[in-house]
Amino acid sequence: MGMSRIELRVNGRDVEVEADGRTLLTHALRDHLRLTGTHIGCDTSQCGACTVHVDGKAVKSCTMLAVQAAGCDILTIEGLASGRELHPMQAAFNDFHGLQCGFCTPGMIMMAVDIVNRHGRPDEATVRAELEGNLCRCTGYHNIIKAVCAGAERMGEMA
Amino acid sequence: MNETVSNGKFGQSVKRVEDARLITGRGRFVDDLVFLGQTYAAFVRSPYAHAAIAGIDLASAQDMPGVIRIFTGRELADAGLPPLPSGWNLSSTDGTPARVGLHHALAVDAIRFVGEPVALVIAETRDQARDAADAVLVEYQELPTVVDLAAAIADGAPQLHDGIAQNRAFEWEIGSSAEVEAAFAAATRRVTLNLRNNRLIPNAIEPRAINVQWSAFDQAMTIHLTHQNPIGMRGFFAFMLGLPSENNLRVVSPDVGGGFGSKAPAYAEEFAVAFAAKMLDRPVKWTAERSESFLTDAHGRDHLTTAELAMDDDGRFLGLRVHTLANLGAYISTSNALVVSYMYATMLSGQYAIPAIHARVEGVYTNTCPVDAYRGAGRPEAAYLIERLANLAAREIGVDQAEIRRRNFIRQFPYQTPLIYCYDSGDYEGCLDAALGLADYAGFGARKAESQARGKLRGIGLSAYVEACGIGPSKLLASLGGGGAMWESCEIRVQPGGSIEVLTGAHNHGQGHQTVYAQIVSERFGVPMNSINVVQGDTDRIQAGTGTYGSRASVGLSAAVHSCDKIVAKGRAIVAHMLEVDLADVVFADGIYSSAASNRTVAFVEMAQAAHGAASFPTDQIEPGLVATSFFDPPNFTYPAGVHVCEVEIDPETGVVEVVAFNAADDFGNVANPLIVEGQVHGGVTQGIAQALWENALYDPDNAQLMTASYMDYGMPRADSLPEFGLCFWPSPTPVNPLGMKGCGEAGAIGAPPAVINAVCDALGMDHIDMPASSEKIWQLCRARENS
Repeated sequence: MGMSRIELRVNGRDVEVEADGRTLLTHALRDHLRLTGTHIGCDTSQCGACTVHVDGKAVKSCTMLAVQAAGCDILTIEGLASGRELHPMQAAFNDFHGLQCGFCTPGMIMMAVDIVNRHGRPDEATVRAELEGNLCRCTGYHNIIKAVCAGAERMGEMA
Repeated sequence: MNETVSNGKFGQSVKRVEDARLITGRGRFVDDLVFLGQTYAAFVRSPYAHAAIAGIDLASAQDMPGVIRIFTGRELADAGLPPLPSGWNLSSTDGTPARVGLHHALAVDAIRFVGEPVALVIAETRDQARDAADAVLVEYQELPTVVDLAAAIADGAPQLHDGIAQNRAFEWEIGSSAEVEAAFAAATRRVTLNLRNNRLIPNAIEPRAINVQWSAFDQAMTIHLTHQNPIGMRGFFAFMLGLPSENNLRVVSPDVGGGFGSKAPAYAEEFAVAFAAKMLDRPVKWTAERSESFLTDAHGRDHLTTAELAMDDDGRFLGLRVHTLANLGAYISTSNALVVSYMYATMLSGQYAIPAIHARVEGVYTNTCPVDAYRGAGRPEAAYLIERLANLAAREIGVDQAEIRRRNFIRQFPYQTPLIYCYDSGDYEGCLDAALGLADYAGFGARKAESQARGKLRGIGLSAYVEACGIGPSKLLASLGGGGAMWESCEIRVQPGGSIEVLTGAHNHGQGHQTVYAQIVSERFGVPMNSINVVQGDTDRIQAGTGTYGSRASVGLSAAVHSCDKIVAKGRAIVAHMLEVDLADVVFADGIYSSAASNRTVAFVEMAQAAHGAASFPTDQIEPGLVATSFFDPPNFTYPAGVHVCEVEIDPETGVVEVVAFNAADDFGNVANPLIVEGQVHGGVTQGIAQALWENALYDPDNAQLMTASYMDYGMPRADSLPEFGLCFWPSPTPVNPLGMKGCGEAGAIGAPPAVINAVCDALGMDHIDMPASSEKIWQLCRARENS
């Protein structure tokens, strides 16, 4: 379990992490880079709270070793807004009360943006199917679905 | 988010102010915190559910890299850590106190459920702690286990605790058995029901976490803790750690990722970590892994019940007799003696005028995780029972499920039930009609025919629940055995510049308090919401409080209203001097003080400046400053109620139940923020549907291993398995608090399970099916029918 020096790009900045071979990407983000917006809700890659984008695609950051992310471009929830301007998906979660305790929210939003990137303006059934791997215990998903659909509309308008 | 610069108003769907940090990854949860000199904890947990500890060998683990110290249960006990305290003193009917099995923070000589902590490893990093925990060698002598409630009280059952025969902790009863006997003697019809209320695992998505800092020099401790009641926990920690006073102890619960009751108990692991930090003089952090959450977060429900309902020929309920075995798990968790008794059996009257009710509850130890409050806490168990009985009664009498309820509804309020509670207000039939309209109940027949044409079985189910929220008054609770008062406090501090701090002892972990408190104070003072900062969850800042559980926002918000009233009243006295008019002539409306005797007006903010300036009024009559504190002790519980209507479609080929529609009309009294309240109902209903169809904590009957200990095995509700919900409010404001609010947090989890099971039974044309009505169970049933 030697230490490795890993170079990667996170939220538009080049960074270096010195980590164990077994260090997960999610721990590298949280413990080494102190980007604590990416949350850990399970240990079996089921809950989706740790979802980030790796080279533009949603990845549960607990399914990936930090060394595997070497050279990758990572986007976390902290990097989604442009300065103080919220990403349209973030704004939609606020507008539609798509969060309660807020713990699953970063993963939900990162997944939602990925869904829109792949589906454009998905219908409700598609959003529900695509969010199957992101658990929320508070909202019953009702308002999350509304937020994702509205966020998709807004992202479409901005594109 | 420009709404926050305008004034809030009670009843408006104001968007949440707490969202900004949470949607940008700037929330502060306990696991996010790292302190100077931080160390990390990992627990050694028993792989057996019942065993004697024959020995613990720490030698190889102690030499592993980064290990600072390893604690055993014996060591903590010898160093003075007492067994866990109880939060409620329940006595059996014969007057004897509950037989409490001692619960050590780390097991001392015996293990009683799988996952029980045996040793605590402290190391420099999380991985080092985990590695060393895996290297601790514990020698166990396995003992026979018991999981099943009926088996646990049988002669010859494995005994969990010395001196507690047949694993019975208490036998408690409520109501008059003589009156019930008489009612049954006079009845012409009766129905009987045996049911199991399935055990649930709470699964807040944020696992439990604690980070403890100890300063030996000034003998002071700061605990950051995922908890619903940090102020209450300060007392528990002070007692457990033997600190000279609560002043030496600060408990902070920052952003907390969901509670649902599971972050209300006082847990073994947290006490062990705090005690270790005190002995090490370094900060210690522990964050549960999900598998630890499954094994040790207090579970919910788990009843085995027999009930009989006596009726006349028209289906009027005459008497109800209930016997429940309540699974306590291996130990009595903090509030569970309350949950299985007064939070449960008192609600058995439901929405119905039942003249005679008697319930007997036996609390039983088994080799399972301790049980405690989980969303609804006793009330869902009661609503499920009475609402299943109502549908059985409808079948017995041969009337529609709505009609049997109409015949038995309570129609006069206040209504004194035979079981302590006095219902405050309600319109049960109005609520029923609203829900039936929302669900297009009249059109169900056509939908059923359409399903049938596709080879599907369609069913519709009602539930008419009532529950008890806003718990108080404290005097009543004390008389029932309560270990703590149930008022809430609110302090309001107005600064010279007009900015306002609202300090509440309630705790927000998703309920939107930061928004709703600001809404209410903003309206009362006529000031913008963004001038208000709601402060919570830190015992260094909040004087007193009781936390958040049991849908008790109305209690804390009532305290806020009273503090607002005090501030406004002091303002009137100040303004009378400023305007040189009589106090009686000063009025306050929409943020402006005025008087018919003067042309001048004074805005709230000017009054605040004057209060601090202390130059425009005599300070021997009016004290400078602008701070008010109130404690609100509710004169009664509130009784939210509602009718939920579930429609299911079952595929007999697969046994899969699809919830095709779910509609609810709820009476929460006045609603402060419909957007937030609807969200609470969505979440509650989802947990209720999930209990009815998917969730089930399953222990292996042979060895008491938890078989549903991950998200791969436990039936969590997911986005693709739920319908869109249809909701409406049917408010009967309560007279017991100044806002007329009743509470909404648990309603969904209470109303939904019986609505779902009633729908499933309707679809299948059967009397009863136990939760969860899994596809496997229904598939087996459909195959058996085919073959018969």
